[in-house]
Amino acid sequence: MAEKKSLGKELTKGIIIENPVLRLVLGTCPTLATSTSVTGAIGMGLSASIVLICSNIVISALRKVIPAKVRIPAYIVVIASFVTIVQMLVKAFVPVLDEQLGVYLPLIVVNCIILGRAEAFAGKNGVLASAVDGLGMGIGFTVALFVMATIREILGAGTFLAGISGLIGGSFDGFSIPFLNENPMLIFILAPGGFFTYGLVMALANKLAESKGKPKAELKGCENCPMAKSCAIRATDESCEKKEVEA
Amino acid sequence: MALNNKLVVSASPHDRTHKTVRNIMLDVIIALVPALIASVVFFGPRALLIECIAVGTCVIFEYFSRVVMNRDQTVGDLSAVITGLLLAFNLPVSIPLWMVPIGSAVAIVVTKQFFGGIGQNFVNPAIAGRIVLLASFPVAMSTWTAPLTWSGSNLDGMTSASPLADIHSMISSGVAPEATLTEMLVGWRAGCLGETCAIAILLGGLYLVIRKVISPTIPLIYIGTVALFMLVAGKGDLSFVAYELLGGGLLLGAIFMATDYTTSPITFKGKIIFAIGCGVITSLIRIFGNLPEGVSYSIIIMNILVPLIENITLPKPFGTPKKEKKEKEAKKS
Repeated sequence: MAEKKSLGKELTKGIIIENPVLRLVLGTCPTLATSTSVTGAIGMGLSASIVLICSNIVISALRKVIPAKVRIPAYIVVIASFVTIVQMLVKAFVPVLDEQLGVYLPLIVVNCIILGRAEAFAGKNGVLASAVDGLGMGIGFTVALFVMATIREILGAGTFLAGISGLIGGSFDGFSIPFLNENPMLIFILAPGGFFTYGLVMALANKLAESKGKPKAELKGCENCPMAKSCAIRATDESCEKKEVEA
Repeated sequence: MALNNKLVVSASPHDRTHKTVRNIMLDVIIALVPALIASVVFFGPRALLIECIAVGTCVIFEYFSRVVMNRDQTVGDLSAVITGLLLAFNLPVSIPLWMVPIGSAVAIVVTKQFFGGIGQNFVNPAIAGRIVLLASFPVAMSTWTAPLTWSGSNLDGMTSASPLADIHSMISSGVAPEATLTEMLVGWRAGCLGETCAIAILLGGLYLVIRKVISPTIPLIYIGTVALFMLVAGKGDLSFVAYELLGGGLLLGAIFMATDYTTSPITFKGKIIFAIGCGVITSLIRIFGNLPEGVSYSIIIMNILVPLIENITLPKPFGTPKKEKKEKEAKKS
C-alpha cells in the first residue's frame, strides 16, 4: 500500500516510475504547449509544482472535513486559490514569463496532474506524505518538460535557454547553437514535432521504468497502469474489479 | 518408386505466383527510371547527386534500423530504394544536401521502422519525409530553379516562380503562365525533381499497369476528380484544367504514391473512395488553401483514413443474410 512506503520513495517515484507526464499521461496539454522553449518549460514546471505542493498539503489537511460527495468542487476551489496567488506573483515579479506562458498559467487550475494527485493521493494520505508526493510529482513534471523543451528548442529554434534572463535576471541569456541557429527545423516547435518528441521521451521513460521492473504504461486495462494502486476509478468501477477477478 | 517423385503430395496452394516483394519493387524502380532520366536532363548532375544521397541514406537507415531493432533484415526487398527515389523526386534541386538525409530518416526510421517495417507503415514514408522537410524548411523546400539553366556559365541555376502559383494567377489576372502546355508535358518547367516531366511519369505508370503492379483505379479517379473540380473552378476553361493536371506533383503522386500497397485500400469500393478523397482534398487545397500544392497533404490525410475506409467497404461473404433480416430474426427468437 502507498501509505507504507517510505517518504524517500514517495519523492522519487514521481521522477520516472510514476512520472505524471510520461507515465501517467496527465497534464498533456500544457506539456505540449509550453515545451517549445526551455525557459517557458522551467517556469511552467515551477509554477505548477508550487501549486501542486500547496494544494496537496491543504487538501490532505482538510481531507476529513471535506464531504466525499462534493470533494471535486472543494479541491478545485483550493487549487484555484493557489493558482491565483502564483499568477499574481508571476505577474508582479517575472512579467516576461507571464507573457510567454499566456493562458497556460491560469489554466494550471484545470491541470490534470494537480487534480489527479489531490484525488489519488492527498485525499487519502497524511500531510507530510502529500507534501512529499507533491514535490516529487512537481519535480517529475518539471524534468519531463525540461527534457522535451531541450530537444524542441535546440532542434526547432537553434537556441538553448533563450530568454532565461527574464526568469533569473542577470546578463546571461542562453546559448545559440551554431548552424541549427540558421537552419532551425521549424517542425519541432510546431504541434507535430511536439507530439513526436512527447512520444519519444515517453518511450524512453517506459524503457527506464521497465529496467526497474515496473510494467510498461500500455493501454491494456487497469493492471498495467502505474497508478493502479491509488486509482479512484478502479475502486468504484465494477468493470475493473471484474477484470481482476477474471485475471 | 518412380511415381512418388512425380506426384508431389503437399498442402495447397499448388500454383504459386512468381511475384515477390522484390520483383514488384524492381518493377516500380524500372517505372521510375524515365522520370529519373528526365530529372537529370532538366536539372543537371546535382539532381542525380540528390537522388543518390536519398537512396543511399534510405538503404543505410533501413539496414541499421533492422539491425538495431533486432528484426529480420529486409533491406534486400528494395522498398527502401523506392522510398529514397520518391523522396528525392519530391525535393527541389536547390535543396541543401544535408537536408536530404533528414528526410530519409523521417521516412525510413520514423514512418516505416518505428511502426514495424514494410507493410506496417501507416502513411507513405516518402510523403512523410517530404512533409516534415516542407514544414521544417519552408524556404529551402519552395525555392524553384528553372530547367536547363545548369549548363554553361550559369551553373547555379536561375530561381523561378513556383509554377503552380503561376497557374493560379492565370484565372485571377488572366496572364498566361510562363510555360506552354507542350513544355509542361515534356517537363520544361520549374518544380520538384521528379514531378516535371509528365510524359516520363505517364510512361512509368503505363508500365506498372501493363505489368499489373498497380491497378489504374486510383490514379484515374484521383486525376479525374481533380479535373472535374478544376473545370468548375476555371469556369470551363480546358487549358486551365490541363495546366492544373500537369502542374505540381499530381501525376507523380497519383501514379506512384497514392497507389502504395500498404497505404491504399484493398477493396475496389475503398479504392474509389480513397481516390475521390485525394482528389477533393488536393483541389480544395489548390483552390482555397494558402499552400500552392496539396498533393502530398491530400494523400497523407487519406492514408490515415484507409483503415476506416476498408472497414466500411468490407465485402459481405456470399449468402450471408442482410442486416435487417438478422435483426428481425434476433427479435423473433
